[in-house]
Amino acid sequence: MGRRFRTSDIDWFLLGLALAVAAIGVVEIYSTTLHSPLAGQYKKQIYWIVLSCILALIVSRIDYHMILEQTLWLYGGSVLLLGGLLVAGHSIAGTRRWLQFGPMSFQVSEIVKLIIILVVAAYFADRRIKAVTWGDLAKLGIVAGIPAVLVALEPDLGTALTFIPIVAAGVLFAGIRVQHIAVLCLVGILALPVGWHFLRPYQRERLMTFVHPTQNTQSSSYQVTQTKIAIGSGGFWGKGLGKGTQSRLGFIPVSHADSIFAAYAEEQGFVGTLLVLLLYFAMLLRLLDGAQMAPDRAGAFLLVGLAAVLFFQVVINTGMMIGVFPITGIPLPLMSQGGSSLLFTFLGLGLAMSVRARRYVN
Amino acid sequence: MEVRFPSDERPPGWKIAVLQYVIAASFVCLLVGYWRLQIGQHRQYMDLAERNRIRSLPIIAPRGRILDRDGRVLADNFPAFSVLLLRESASTLSPERVAGIARGLQLDPDELRHTLERTASLPRFQPVLLKQSATLEDLSFLESHLVEYPELYLIQVQQRLYPKHQMAAALLGYVGEVPEEMIAKADSNYKPGDVVGKFGVEGEYNQVLSGQDGMRRVVVNSRGQEVGILKTLDAHPGNDLRLTIDMDLQMAAEASLGERPGAVVALDPRTGEVLVMVSHPSFDPNDFAKRIDPKEWTQLMSDPMKPLMNKSIQAQLAPGSVFKIVMASAALETGTVKPDYTMQCAGSVTIYGHLYHDWVFEKHRGHGSVDVHKAIRESCDVYFYTMGKMLGIDKIDYFAKGLGLGARTGIDLPSEAPGLIPSPEWVQRLFKHKWYAGETISVAIGQGADLVTPLQLANTIGGIAMGGVFHRPHVAFQDQLRALGENPPDISPHDFPLSAETVEAVKSGMWAVVNEGGGTGGSARCPGIDISGKTGTAQVVSQALRDSAKSSEFKNTAWFVGYAPRDKPEIVVAALVIRGEESYVAAPIARDVIKAYFDKKLGPNKPGDKQMETQVRVLSQLQPAIPPAPPKSVSKQ
Repeated sequence: MGRRFRTSDIDWFLLGLALAVAAIGVVEIYSTTLHSPLAGQYKKQIYWIVLSCILALIVSRIDYHMILEQTLWLYGGSVLLLGGLLVAGHSIAGTRRWLQFGPMSFQVSEIVKLIIILVVAAYFADRRIKAVTWGDLAKLGIVAGIPAVLVALEPDLGTALTFIPIVAAGVLFAGIRVQHIAVLCLVGILALPVGWHFLRPYQRERLMTFVHPTQNTQSSSYQVTQTKIAIGSGGFWGKGLGKGTQSRLGFIPVSHADSIFAAYAEEQGFVGTLLVLLLYFAMLLRLLDGAQMAPDRAGAFLLVGLAAVLFFQVVINTGMMIGVFPITGIPLPLMSQGGSSLLFTFLGLGLAMSVRARRYVN
Repeated sequence: MEVRFPSDERPPGWKIAVLQYVIAASFVCLLVGYWRLQIGQHRQYMDLAERNRIRSLPIIAPRGRILDRDGRVLADNFPAFSVLLLRESASTLSPERVAGIARGLQLDPDELRHTLERTASLPRFQPVLLKQSATLEDLSFLESHLVEYPELYLIQVQQRLYPKHQMAAALLGYVGEVPEEMIAKADSNYKPGDVVGKFGVEGEYNQVLSGQDGMRRVVVNSRGQEVGILKTLDAHPGNDLRLTIDMDLQMAAEASLGERPGAVVALDPRTGEVLVMVSHPSFDPNDFAKRIDPKEWTQLMSDPMKPLMNKSIQAQLAPGSVFKIVMASAALETGTVKPDYTMQCAGSVTIYGHLYHDWVFEKHRGHGSVDVHKAIRESCDVYFYTMGKMLGIDKIDYFAKGLGLGARTGIDLPSEAPGLIPSPEWVQRLFKHKWYAGETISVAIGQGADLVTPLQLANTIGGIAMGGVFHRPHVAFQDQLRALGENPPDISPHDFPLSAETVEAVKSGMWAVVNEGGGTGGSARCPGIDISGKTGTAQVVSQALRDSAKSSEFKNTAWFVGYAPRDKPEIVVAALVIRGEESYVAAPIARDVIKAYFDKKLGPNKPGDKQMETQVRVLSQLQPAIPPAPPKSVSKQ
């Protein structure tokens, strides 16, 4: 603590990977929104990348222990904010997930993800155990559950779901008994019908579509049918930038945001798919590498949590494009258009660099 | 919150390794998934992407118009909308969707299902016609359900319009959806929903009139809006067909026949051109242009007077006394009698031991001293009974057939009836008994088994008046058909030469029918025009009509066949009034048509004619603006 800043403290490799993916995202946003009412969105994306990147560098200079010490305040504040949004937030497109800052709007839930990572890391920082107890699970469940329910109520089920891998990764990394896993799975299965009851009609339809993909081409499975057509028609080399008919003619909904990977795969083909997946893979390995070298449990849990949530989002998002997972509103980190998601990812990476800068150097 | 950060414990390396493997495995799975789509099933998905964005839309070629000889429109088109089902993007329609479409377009769900089953085997790029002549409600339904039913497409079509409604309907025919047996033919390039001519001129000259539909391949976005055109295959409109029909004469004939059931045919005996073809009762072919109401159809089909039948060429009736012209020609030509041969008519005659009455018998008098001139003029039955006995059935048969009866004239219209001239062989074949000589006597005055069509009678009388030259009747101009690449039927005249004396004697008789005192056709007389002709009253209704008519309605058939001028005939008219009872009801119809013909031809300072000429010229100038359809691969026989 109190060390002087050196340029070697910045993880240029991780930052480079992130910026490469973000750049690809910008190009694809440009391509898919060209000649559409959304043309120009790519510029907004660039501003967000620059802003997020600067914030990430700032965070990387802060000792992550200082941030972890503020976890309670951050957590309390975010729960209050989420609750306040639900009560007083004004609705955009039927959801109350946006916090307005002058010209900028911002999804609080994205930052809450980061706070959940901090909460889990702080919880396990000094809890040296072989396996978590039921008490640990209950505490973590409640702590992560409160914001998750609030986010799900916005409604933003996709983001609420991303809390699960954070907690799960923390618990697994801390150690858990097989019996506990079995009981948890059982409870989860039994809770499914209850969960079904709480789903909104469109969410149920998406799930049904996932179970019976060919039932209806026109409405609910339309989205996944069209993204599959886009991806499949891309072939090995892709149709070329700006030539994706599926995205350009509007067959892929939100082709610049959640479905950007389908538009990208259509235009850049399997080669492009491979490149981006490799970039993500390298990023995740780099984060785990950082966890391996973390100076303490807190740092390791931070990195594992971040890696888990990024991994979860990448796999679910790209997987749902090819029909492996049901459609949920989960953006692809760094590529999907949207400032909140970018900010979360870069802040997370900033934290990761902060941990890495304090690694054991043998 | 106080967080302690003991730094005495390294994170367990094996857990990190497990995480690494989990991540690597997941990414491999993802890549396999993408590989399967992007490389394994690329072709299939490429196909789907193309189908998604590309739509083939038909451009319906307008059908050629049907014009009268002066270029006036008998059959036209007007813009209408049809609803198509595009099947490229949609998979098989679920029953609920079919029901929804049927509800929205007010279609019979069973019929719609049938249509879909029928068209299921067609290539998917071919749209299916769901509804013709879409109503305003249909249009608003489509407008408001664009997103819900993207597979429904509205197309502008040219719907058939018969501006004169019932006029010449049986001649023109009508159009309708192509029947399944026509689609099933090996060389057919019809598809369900195509419109074809079904009857009359529309049916006969369908190849000429129907154009070639075009096709537009367009790029559409996800909302079905067109964003670009890939390829356009222009539609080739059908060719206009000019008929030999003269609308002025046609209208005169229609008006003169009025509400009475019957037929009127007028020919130019010099060429065989059909100038008038009327068949009453008529129907409105506009009802067929859109799908006809089943109730209306049943009504048309069950009407005993058969409105859908073209009585000019399909009604087979006994010719009655008109047949005496054939008899007189045969008797004179064979030398059986000379024109000055005279016999006594006492109002009846006994032949083969059977008493035959003359039609004047009821008035208790005969015709007195009769030669062929008077026999024709007064339609003396006794004279022709005697001729029948003297000629014998074989000669009568030979002459009747030679003069154009007993066989189809070969007019370029579908379903012409052949008529019938009985012969001993025919009786033997059909009834398995020998010809009774007595039957000849009935045949001699156009009764018995004799059956003719109005067209045949006009052709026969016109041909005799021309001295034995018969031109095949036709409604389309030969040179026009040839110019369109069609192979028109041969209309070279068929000669059955009659001597000048025979022709003169018969024609003088026919002139007397109209113009001399005692003539039976005085009601056809028209000052200033040399009309000749022959009346006929047939006592038997045709077999076909007898079946459906009530027995109390067995009234006589009234005939009159007349021509003018006497020396060089330009027009011959056969008028038939079914249940007309007396022949004098038919004669004025022929007169009216002939008068209309000469009024038009000779009428001094008639501004109408000038106007018409200009109209024709304008039309013929307009003609080239319509690109001609490419030559048809299927030639017409």
